[in-house]
Amino acid sequence: MTKTIAEINEKIAKGQAVVVTAEEVIDIAKKKGVARAAQEIDVVTTGTFGPMCSSGAYFNLGHAKPRMKIGGGTAYLNNVPAYTGFAAVDIFLGATAMPDDDPRNKIHPGDFPYGGGHVIEELVAGKDVRLVATSYGTDCYPRRKVETLINLKSINEAVLFNVRNAYQNYNIAVNLSDRTIYTYMGVLKPHLGNATYSTAGQLSPLFNDPLYKTIGIGTKIFLGGGTGYVAWQGTQHNPNVVRTDKGVPKRGAGTLAVIGDLKQMKPRWLVGTSFIGYGCTMTVGIGVPIPILSEEILMYTTVKDEEIFAPIVDYSDAYPQRRPDILGEIDYAQLKSGKIKVQGKDVPTASLSSYARAVEISNILKDWIKKGEFLLTQPVAPLPGPESGITFKPMPDRPFEKID
Amino acid sequence: MNIARKIVLRFPPRLVDQPIIYRLVKDYDLQFNILKASITPNEEGILVVELSGKKKDYDEAIRFLAGAGVEVQALIKDVARLEDRCTHCGACVTMCPVGALVVNTQTRQVDFLESKCIACGLCIKPCPVRAMEVRL
Ligand code: SF4
Ligand code: SF4
Repeated sequence: MTKTIAEINEKIAKGQAVVVTAEEVIDIAKKKGVARAAQEIDVVTTGTFGPMCSSGAYFNLGHAKPRMKIGGGTAYLNNVPAYTGFAAVDIFLGATAMPDDDPRNKIHPGDFPYGGGHVIEELVAGKDVRLVATSYGTDCYPRRKVETLINLKSINEAVLFNVRNAYQNYNIAVNLSDRTIYTYMGVLKPHLGNATYSTAGQLSPLFNDPLYKTIGIGTKIFLGGGTGYVAWQGTQHNPNVVRTDKGVPKRGAGTLAVIGDLKQMKPRWLVGTSFIGYGCTMTVGIGVPIPILSEEILMYTTVKDEEIFAPIVDYSDAYPQRRPDILGEIDYAQLKSGKIKVQGKDVPTASLSSYARAVEISNILKDWIKKGEFLLTQPVAPLPGPESGITFKPMPDRPFEKID
Repeated sequence: MNIARKIVLRFPPRLVDQPIIYRLVKDYDLQFNILKASITPNEEGILVVELSGKKKDYDEAIRFLAGAGVEVQALIKDVARLEDRCTHCGACVTMCPVGALVVNTQTRQVDFLESKCIACGLCIKPCPVRAMEVRL
């Protein structure tokens, strides 16, 4: 049994496609068998909703009168600095940017109440945002300062462009030290007081296509409540990690770079986020449809939490010191039970990624496809797989001579 | 001058089995009324108490507690959840000392059991989207 994306799209256009979520497919395949399920099901939808720091958006602000070259100058949106190293009025705002006068961790743990992710959330909610920009003035762009309100309707382009999202698997964070630590994996209590994790497990996009056989560059996706595309593999994409015999990575592995028009996204799915003692970021909703082209592809989508393993990492020492040691591996079914055993101790677990919202995303995407509103795309190039030879490089210290 | 104050005391693991409250009575002549308590051996302990006595003794007792490594915090009146903001991630569930924030295994949402909440405030800053709010 094989299908093509074109055949599936014909069924979607007629409103006849059979679409199920990556959670529903597990039982269907169990009852009907993989062969029959693969014949009947056209698309499996996935979803994930978690903090994703390498997110951001670029904007074309339109030209002021007289004209101003913000490129090479400074630009702030609600006090949060944006990157201006482009042409006159293109700027990029990163999710983790924060106001220059934010005290950061001066009084530890810092609060980090507002940053780039919060600005993006406000813009998507339709709110006005304060733009304050300065420049040096040129003959063609004489203006040196602008202070004005902007919103998504008033500017030209507003494009969400996240260079690393949807991590395929991630660490389980614990703290072996005797003090509370404040990390990007949340607050970790001393002496293995809790453990945090951050993927949707069996619903997560790349766990359902572990070897990147359908998700590629150009795949159309649910992004931030609207639609977007996979633009490239994400940064740190590392397909060469230990995997189970079904190909599911047991460490952080593949990632996606994604892009989409911010103007059609929704604040429910792009949420400004603050990690006490760590910084600001944005929680992003992503859903990827998986076309069931063959029995093999369907088999991958039947992966369940019990079959997905993640490494337990001590964030008080091993992680900051970049030591590779782990304290064991645990599957997501155990993680979601609320308690795991680490070094013989019962440790309560907490998730940073919302499974309830991941289910919601997979259902929204399912509805869009069923109603014929969302057609699938054929990737224009695959993501690099294990055969690519890509490895994940550290940064060694290479001192250089300072020239005065 | 006599005063009565409601406060939250957080004991780090090494102090959980120390007779701290006893010292408040004996050395500082304070009266106490335990409103809520959550103590697990070798882990953190949380006590919500009403302390009353002379203001001078009370101030000295608070200094003694802080010096001993107990975190002292005024009792917040009420903690509420901004339902529109909560993403039901679950980051708060291991922060709450009394199990007022729990994952509902049916809905996979995080239930906030207001009747259990002692308004200790420990979930407020750890909530990544800051959905838990102090109501004064
Ligand atoms: S941490 Fe915040 S957003 Fe997450 S479940 Fe708790 S209250 Fe809701
Ligand atoms: S304030 Fe938060 S942490 Fe404290 S008891 Fe209430 S819900 Fe639990």
